Amino acid sequence: MENELKVPTMAELFAAGEQPEVLFWVGCAGSFDDRAKKITKAFVKILNKAAVKFAVLGTEESCTGDPAKRAGNEFLFQMQAVTNIEVLNGYGIKKVVTACPHCFNTIKNEYPGLGGDYEVVHHTQFLKQLLTEGRISMEGGQFRGKRITFHDPCYLGRANNVYEAPRDLIRKLDAELVEMKSCKSRGLCCGAGGAQMFKEPEKGSKDINIERTEQALETQPEIIAAGCPFCNTMMTDGVKNKEKESSVAVMDIAELIATAEDL
Amino acid sequence: MGYLPNIVFAIILIIGIGYFTRNIQKLSRNIKLGKDVDTSDDKAQRWSNMLRIAFGQSKMVVRPIPGILHIIVYLGFVIINLEVLEIIIDGLFGTHRIFAFLGSGYDVLIASFEVLAALVIVAVVVFWIRRNIIKLKRFLNPEMKGWPKTDANWILYIEFVLMLLFLTMNAADLQLQQMDVAHYTKAGAFPISQFIAPLFQEMSISSIIIVERVAWWLHISGILMFLNYLYYSKHLHILLAFPNTYYGKVKPKGQFENLEAVTNEVKLMMDPSADPFAAPDENAPVPEKFGASDVQDLNWVQLLNAYTCTECGRCTSECPANQTGKKLSPRKIMMDTRDRLEEVGKNIDANKGQFVADGKQLLGDYISQEELWACTTCNACVEACPVSIDPLSIIMDMRQYLVMEQSAAPSDLNNMMGNIENNGAPWPFNQMDRLNWSKES
Repeated sequence: MENELKVPTMAELFAAGEQPEVLFWVGCAGSFDDRAKKITKAFVKILNKAAVKFAVLGTEESCTGDPAKRAGNEFLFQMQAVTNIEVLNGYGIKKVVTACPHCFNTIKNEYPGLGGDYEVVHHTQFLKQLLTEGRISMEGGQFRGKRITFHDPCYLGRANNVYEAPRDLIRKLDAELVEMKSCKSRGLCCGAGGAQMFKEPEKGSKDINIERTEQALETQPEIIAAGCPFCNTMMTDGVKNKEKESSVAVMDIAELIATAEDL
Repeated sequence: MGYLPNIVFAIILIIGIGYFTRNIQKLSRNIKLGKDVDTSDDKAQRWSNMLRIAFGQSKMVVRPIPGILHIIVYLGFVIINLEVLEIIIDGLFGTHRIFAFLGSGYDVLIASFEVLAALVIVAVVVFWIRRNIIKLKRFLNPEMKGWPKTDANWILYIEFVLMLLFLTMNAADLQLQQMDVAHYTKAGAFPISQFIAPLFQEMSISSIIIVERVAWWLHISGILMFLNYLYYSKHLHILLAFPNTYYGKVKPKGQFENLEAVTNEVKLMMDPSADPFAAPDENAPVPEKFGASDVQDLNWVQLLNAYTCTECGRCTSECPANQTGKKLSPRKIMMDTRDRLEEVGKNIDANKGQFVADGKQLLGDYISQEELWACTTCNACVEACPVSIDPLSIIMDMRQYLVMEQSAAPSDLNNMMGNIENNGAPWPFNQMDRLNWSKES
């Protein structure tokens, strides 16, 4: 870790009269959750390496309002949205990238109706684009031949039809991509969406993340890849519950790439 | 006396179609109890959805076995109905096989009807076995007890009998043709019923004519009865699947509507020039109720969804909450919505066109809070539905009512929302610490 992370804020860029190529929307999990912070850092390392001119909002960022909206509190959601849009529009933001599919979906689909129009991409789409443009190169290296299964986040896959970007990146690692029995448009939820992350589940026979982890483990993976900080938490808990944490890792796509690149 | 059959036929036809029209009017009245919603956007996408999903059955084949069997029954329904046209003309004018002038084209038509009819019988039998012998899980959920189960089987029995009558009618006809009986013009090819026809060989001509006539009359009366059964059955999907796929969601599945009533409130709150002490305008409309607690609070597309549901249970079998033993079943959400809407409709009928409060509502009396809070909003149910029903939108509307009108969220969620309000994050972290991660090693 000799290289310190370069994380410019919008306020700094703005003061210098500059515009970033893209705004990195970190999200609440990416900012505060210990596990998700690692994903944030991995993504920033890649951005730094590729010399992408980006910025974060830092302390000016606030929850997109997704969990409030999905919990039924439209009022709180719109308060959050309108405040965030004011900040984003104030800085003249054109393009947003985020590592959280919930932030991605909300800003991309629900902000335009409230005055926030941006090009919004998920970090796997952005990384794919960097790769296509030759701004990052990927060597399989330590992931060559490893069995990796990808868990589709609902708000990336079904909600927005993004299925291939994360898979293309995994294939680029020369890893063996193995699919679960329910994947892509039929992928099973990890159990965190719709504000479930923040409450106890209703009475049932099993927790959803356990069910999904079992499906993932059926593929005999060495790594369960995720593209969402909440899925990551749910799957990590599931793997621990199955006492497989020594043989199966749960990693974000950004972490896979950062590790492959030795960042 | 010669015109008696024609008159009887005309009367049956008028009663059948008249009753059906009445049912459709009632259906349309009930659907219009829902709130208005703008569906004028993206017409090209809507037509393409209807062509692909309803006409093309694209979602059905996701599960290949029932998918292919369903396509057979669907094609049977669409194509064999061409025959109904001929039956109606023959019935009204006393002709026999009026389309026979098509010659070899007619042979092809009749032959394909026959093959389809036989395939429909096979499909219907397999469907029956799946429901009653194999007992597939998705047909056994609690909401399928009673009428829904009976309804599903009745549909299969009716289709079975109708196809059998069709083939019997053709077989007797073929036998009569071969015996050169007057009125029974030699027309049509009968690849299936030619194997049934020999059964009539020993019978007298008049007996065979009776068999042919009885089968003919029962077939057409059966079809008219079936038409009128639709309104009371999940089988209504054969008609409503088409409008429903047209009016189904065309936006990304993850995009939930932004409530306009809330937007207005929020704008007012954020407007620095708004006078917080201003007296409300006397003519201002009563503030809109947030969310939904009963069917009238839903929009008409959601109500159309409820009538379109054919209770196949693909939504429920894909639902993560249902798969892990929670009470939530998206199919039940749709069935409850339809049942409540029917109850409201009957209430209006009984009270001279006015709804009289009955002390009941969709929320609580039909759908429990426990079901609503078990949803992960993952859209698996929406994706699974072969006719573009959106159970999730109803769940969300009811959550909105619970939270914004009743403050009845689970306490964990209240904590989460309190945190967002105070700290801008669902957890109790200070917004000023949002960038700390960049300095941690």
